[in-house]
This record gives sequence, structure tokens and C-alpha cells, in this order.
Amino acid sequence: TRGRKGRAARAAREGRADPDPGTGMDAPSATGLGAADPQLQRFIEVETQKQRFQQLVHQMTELCWEKCMDKPGPKLDSRAETCFVNCVERFIDTSQFILNRLEQTQKSKSAFSESLSD
Amino acid sequence: MESGFGSDFGSDFGSGGGGAGGKLDPGLIMEQVKVQIAVANAQELLQRMTDKCFRKCIGKPGGALDNAEQKCIAMCMDRYMDSWNTVSRAYNSRLQRERANM
Repeated sequence: TRGRKGRAARAAREGRADPDPGTGMDAPSATGLGAADPQLQRFIEVETQKQRFQQLVHQMTELCWEKCMDKPGPKLDSRAETCFVNCVERFIDTSQFILNRLEQTQKSKSAFSESLSD
Repeated sequence: MESGFGSDFGSDFGSGGGGAGGKLDPGLIMEQVKVQIAVANAQELLQRMTDKCFRKCIGKPGGALDNAEQKCIAMCMDRYMDSWNTVSRAYNSRLQRERANM
């Protein structure tokens, strides 16, 4: 297990799944920081995007662990693995659902506070 | 976990990039930033792993970690890494699917 642990820890350290930018989430404007150097600005955008990804993986792993893992065994069985995959998908669905519904709510009413008081 | 974590990454931002003229090398800074980010992620992973595995493996705290508890923690660490990787892959797939649909 030492090799696998080391490899996995290294992968986690290096941010294994590396998404390219432009995933639909806007990168924050870095004009102030990187104004003088476009290379630096690009770097900041990319790293920020990577960090967002990492943070969400941390968060979802924690949440899904609670839902999918009973007693840690010698390996991750296929049922648990499926649960984790479903969990990720449903979490993203939930996030999108909330955003969409919020958008609809704000369109149909003049102020968000109106919908809260319903 | 790797033992090299603490020792190599203690340098400040500016110390390595000074040089004779005091001019900062953006390439060097970017590398140092990447390292700092990686360290932060590793620390985050460790913190959450410790929390989860303590909850799973330690019942009523005794005077020391017994063999069963140690075995449980070791397995738990591996399973947590497996889970993290599974989540990372699943999330990445979802992102790519979303991008393909745009």
C-alpha cells in the first residue's frame, strides 16, 4: 500500500484532475493583479480555476463519504464506488437546480424577499 | 505520507527570487505559488481524512491506540484516498460533459 498511498497522495497534491479553464464558471477578473503581465494574469486565472475544482472535490468527498461509506474495508467495493459517482452527479444537479430556481424566482417576482415571505 | 512536506516548502515568496539586481522572476514566483497551493491542498486532505477516520475508527478513547484501531485507521486512509480519487474523476467527467453540451 505504500506505493499506492504515495502515488495517490502525490496525485492529490498535484491536483490530479486538471480541468481546462472556461468550464462555464467565470474566472475572476485579475486585471488588477496581472495587469502588467498577461502571463501572470493567465496563471492566476488557471490556478484559481484549479483551486475551485480542488475545493469542490474536498467538499464532495466529505459529504459523500457520510452517505456512501459504512465500514472502511480492504478496498472500495463497486457499490460504494457507484454511490460516490451518483453522489457527485446529484450534488451538481442540486447546485444547478438551486441556481435555476433562484433565477426563476427572481424573474417572476420583483424582489427576492417577497418569495421568502411566502 | 511523504516526509518531505515540511522541510522544502518553508521559504518565503521573495527570498528565492531576489538575485543581484533585486528583480523578481515571475516564473519562479509562479512555481512557488504552485508549491504553496499543493501544500495547502495536502493539508486540507489530511485534515478531513483525520476527521473522518477518527470518527469511523475510534470508539471510546482509551489510553492508547490499540492494534485494531491502528489497522482501521490505515484502511480508512486508503479508502479515503480511493474515495477522493473517485470523486475527482466523477466531477471531471461531469465538467467535460457539461462543456460538451454547451
